[in-house]
Amino acid sequence: MFKIVKKEVLNPTVVLMDIEAPHIARKAEPGQFIILRISETGERIPLTVADYDRDKGTVTIIYQLVGKTTNALAEMNEGDYLLDFVGPLGTASHLEGYKKVAVIGGGLGTAIAYPQAKKLHALGAEVHVINGFRNKDLIILEKEMEKASDKLIVATDDGSNGNKGFVTNVLKQLIDEGNKYDLVIAIGPLVMMRAVSNLTKEYGIKTLVSMNPVMIDGTGMCGGCRLTVGGKTKFACVDGPDFDAHEVDFDEAMRRQGMYKKQEKESVDIHVCKLGGVTNA
Amino acid sequence: MPNMALNKVKMPEQEPDIRNKNFKEVTLGYEDAMAIEEAQRCLNCKTKPCIAGCPVNVKIPEFIQLVADGKFEEAYYKIKETNSLPAVCGRVCPQETQCEQLCVRGKKGEPVAIGRLERFVADWYMKNGKNTETKPKSNGIKVAVVGSGPSGLTCAGDLAKLGYEVTLFEAFHVPGGVLMYGIPEFRLPKALVQKEIQTVKALGVDIQTNMVIGKVLTIEDLKNEGYKAVFIGSGAGLPSFMSIPGENLNGVYSANEFLTRINLMSAYKFPDTDTPVFVGKSVAVVGGGNVAMDAARSAKRLGAENVYIIYRRSETELPARIEEVHHAKEEGIILKLLTNPKQILGTEAGWVKGIECVSMELGEPDKSGRRRPVEKKGSEHIIDIETVIMSIGQSPNPLIAATTPGLDVQSWGGIIVEEETGATSKSGVYAGGDAVTGAATVILAMGAGKKAAEAIDKLLS
Repeated sequence: MFKIVKKEVLNPTVVLMDIEAPHIARKAEPGQFIILRISETGERIPLTVADYDRDKGTVTIIYQLVGKTTNALAEMNEGDYLLDFVGPLGTASHLEGYKKVAVIGGGLGTAIAYPQAKKLHALGAEVHVINGFRNKDLIILEKEMEKASDKLIVATDDGSNGNKGFVTNVLKQLIDEGNKYDLVIAIGPLVMMRAVSNLTKEYGIKTLVSMNPVMIDGTGMCGGCRLTVGGKTKFACVDGPDFDAHEVDFDEAMRRQGMYKKQEKESVDIHVCKLGGVTNA
Repeated sequence: MPNMALNKVKMPEQEPDIRNKNFKEVTLGYEDAMAIEEAQRCLNCKTKPCIAGCPVNVKIPEFIQLVADGKFEEAYYKIKETNSLPAVCGRVCPQETQCEQLCVRGKKGEPVAIGRLERFVADWYMKNGKNTETKPKSNGIKVAVVGSGPSGLTCAGDLAKLGYEVTLFEAFHVPGGVLMYGIPEFRLPKALVQKEIQTVKALGVDIQTNMVIGKVLTIEDLKNEGYKAVFIGSGAGLPSFMSIPGENLNGVYSANEFLTRINLMSAYKFPDTDTPVFVGKSVAVVGGGNVAMDAARSAKRLGAENVYIIYRRSETELPARIEEVHHAKEEGIILKLLTNPKQILGTEAGWVKGIECVSMELGEPDKSGRRRPVEKKGSEHIIDIETVIMSIGQSPNPLIAATTPGLDVQSWGGIIVEEETGATSKSGVYAGGDAVTGAATVILAMGAGKKAAEAIDKLLS
């Protein structure tokens, strides 16, 4: 059992939790993920490690309320226990040797991009962070990102924070202003990662994306998380989750992401019903 | 006088048309009287060839004699002397190619139903026996076992009996390995697997779940934490695909994923459980082993109208147990033999809609001695299906090998060991089961766990 030692609601649909998991905290690196389960009938869901504290023995997860499990998880509180918490899984990001990096986080992807920015910054790279959100109420980790970067630009789709735009526009502007990045890291919804990838391909800038497909075991056993990268089948759980963006077949990844849409909806609807929700009202 | 009936006493089972709609166990096991009647078919012959056919050398004639005498509890202890998982073995061992194949009674008529009797005894004990396993006196020596499938459980149990302080690490959230995620409920009820694992725990084995060795701790870390020896029984957890077009369409599963969703995650109870599985009206299972049969029969139970097994050789070459093929056919699974997939066809939205196959004929024997299937020109045809389950084999999971310098592995991933002891190229590190052999049987893995336990005891005592 794994204790929730801290819970913080970052915005109406995004929650941060520190979980007591000393074994994992000791080994975790940016880019890796954990898999958790909260009840005996529950599913196993992968979440990227947002941060870790080796001394305190805690691992930070940040998640968006999208499905039954994340909704149920958000109903849990400090002092409660998760049934299962396993990791660190996946291959850690290779962040050494870069001079100037643009780190892009879209929505919840900001949480996953944070440890990467933090580590790059600590390694001495010049880090420019670009974060995009739908509106200003959804902005997360602004202070943290400011500390982990040399330049932080937060854009909103609707301009409600005073800076309207998409992350791709911001990146393009920075490049056109003469910033020479030797690496771009883009983490967020598949459409956003694809858009960034298309842009950086034009400029010939190496780009890494973090893929988060459906998976069960996270150890290479089921193959449910397979993607086509450079024309070859890869397993996101062991070969990734980081991949060269210019090689990833995003269209296929998007189709595969929709595999259980119908069942996921059914699961959430039932969950909401049990909570006395109004779906059938 | 022994019972000279030529045939085994029949074991009751669920009717095919009923069982192919539920996940309850197919075979129901002997009643007391049936077991005694069958046990009386054993001649208690002098040569006892059956014992040599058992990878863990169960004292077969002795336990059968006890069954014949109605001493079921004693029979259980007799089996347990060498086999820590009798309820499992009685169900999933391929007795027809092991103990029963060597039975003298098999020369004329059917061999003694050793498997059914083993299962009867184990089930009887689970219902009526008192759990008398206790933790033996500790010798204070720590041993780590990685993987809680058949080889790991056997190795851990045997070492615990000798007094070792054994920690068993499991990557999943429940112990049992392939017994939990791979073999379906209707062949091996999961509650029963957990009960059997309880007897290993009662010996003092500390089972730590959610521990992916190679990630959270390496083999080197384990040694640094004071484990004097390590046994790796991490199984064959890497699914193979055919590398044909369309394999990444929605609706294509590895058998590993399909079965794990259903067995380990209980997807057959969705939405009461949270893990879904997608089964279309028609399903193609590619491959002809036991895993393929399990996948096909599971798909049928989940409501598929047409379930096809697509296999490139003929029925004689099917690697699955005859009993499994027989059960599958009874349940309405359609065998498409001498058929090989060329590509999987998809809809515009990326879902499976068919599988293009080519017919095969058998040519000259290949290296394995089986006649090599060759394509019949112009025989391409399409089968309409919505789900494909690739069941063409698994290879050892590379996680541990990749993080253990000095551990030699074969080009295909199998850990290289000394056959008699399970010793690897790394001192104090042993391995066995599917991690060494590639996908094989439960009982062979148990045999390997047993040998390694003996070797580890020799090393440390």
